[in-house]
Amino acid sequence: MIVGDRKPFDEIKDNIRDYKKILILGCGTCVSVCQAGGEKEVELLASELRIANKLAGKDVEIGQATIKRQCDKEFIEPIVEKAKQYDAVLSMACGAGVQLVADVMEPKPVIPALNTDFIGITESPGTWVERCQACGNCLLEKTGGICPITRCAKGLLNGPCGGTKDGMCEVDTKKPCAWTLIYQRLEKQGKLDIFDEYNPPRNFQAVVMPGKVTKS
Amino acid sequence: MVEAFEPKVVAFCCHYCAYSAADLAGSMRLEYSPNVRIVKLMCTGRVDIIHLLKAFEDGADTVFVAGCEEGACHFLEGNMKAKQRVAQTRKLLKEIGLEPERLEMFHISASNAPLFAAACNEMTERARKLGPNPLRKEIVKAK
Repeated sequence: MIVGDRKPFDEIKDNIRDYKKILILGCGTCVSVCQAGGEKEVELLASELRIANKLAGKDVEIGQATIKRQCDKEFIEPIVEKAKQYDAVLSMACGAGVQLVADVMEPKPVIPALNTDFIGITESPGTWVERCQACGNCLLEKTGGICPITRCAKGLLNGPCGGTKDGMCEVDTKKPCAWTLIYQRLEKQGKLDIFDEYNPPRNFQAVVMPGKVTKS
Repeated sequence: MVEAFEPKVVAFCCHYCAYSAADLAGSMRLEYSPNVRIVKLMCTGRVDIIHLLKAFEDGADTVFVAGCEEGACHFLEGNMKAKQRVAQTRKLLKEIGLEPERLEMFHISASNAPLFAAACNEMTERARKLGPNPLRKEIVKAK
């Protein structure tokens, strides 16, 4: 899932200071799971903003809504009429969601309330870690299902480097060395022969920005 | 004539401990602050950050959560979850401009009525020291 975290409260407050009617729009998918922008977080941010505005003597109307996904037009369209009553939308979705809401609701200002961090997994309750950089050329079949591009601090395609010590990384000694993990996994799978295969350098010229996938 | 400030204190109390302690305080004829409004819960683990913020939004001067003693929760760890949420809410209060001291967590066993009475008195005193919740003025104005 896409993992995000909420921007500092002061930054959000500053970004919406010019608006008198604001709709806080949550997203019920990825950012809901990582407790950054779901229904509950919308309610919390609305309460915080109401209190802060009252304390500052500002009369600002705060509306709340959460849709299933902000990265799909069909979920945004039913909320467009409601959004028309507001000066701006404060979106609690990832960057993709914010952009699609801004496209659909143009010219309404859509302001992000989150920082989008990475594609990751839930490591333990309340902790999410990065697992994929969406590089567009997956090599997990060669690495025992452990991504060196994401999990190796140096993003090495052939490792480990000389800095690995006791299975830990030299860049951050609290993090495991991805290539040691890969070696151990392949050993368990009895596929250590793959480890000897050379992985050619990534062809960055093949990556077209922005990416696009079309189903034929 | 300006009315004297009477604090409004909201207490979220667990059925198995603090609420029973409040009951016992009554049976023991203990005298404590009449400014406390109790919200009874089956476990303080039910307390959410939004409940605490809403209490302040609606004009509470101080709020406290009273759960079982550490390690003695009827539902194993509800009180520890509440403790974390209270700590988090205190951070939020500071962020939005309210004094974090307006919110506190207590651990009170069912037999400790004097501690319940002391908690009520302390939070009422704290409210008197900090003054009325600034949001109350707005609420009165709106009425």
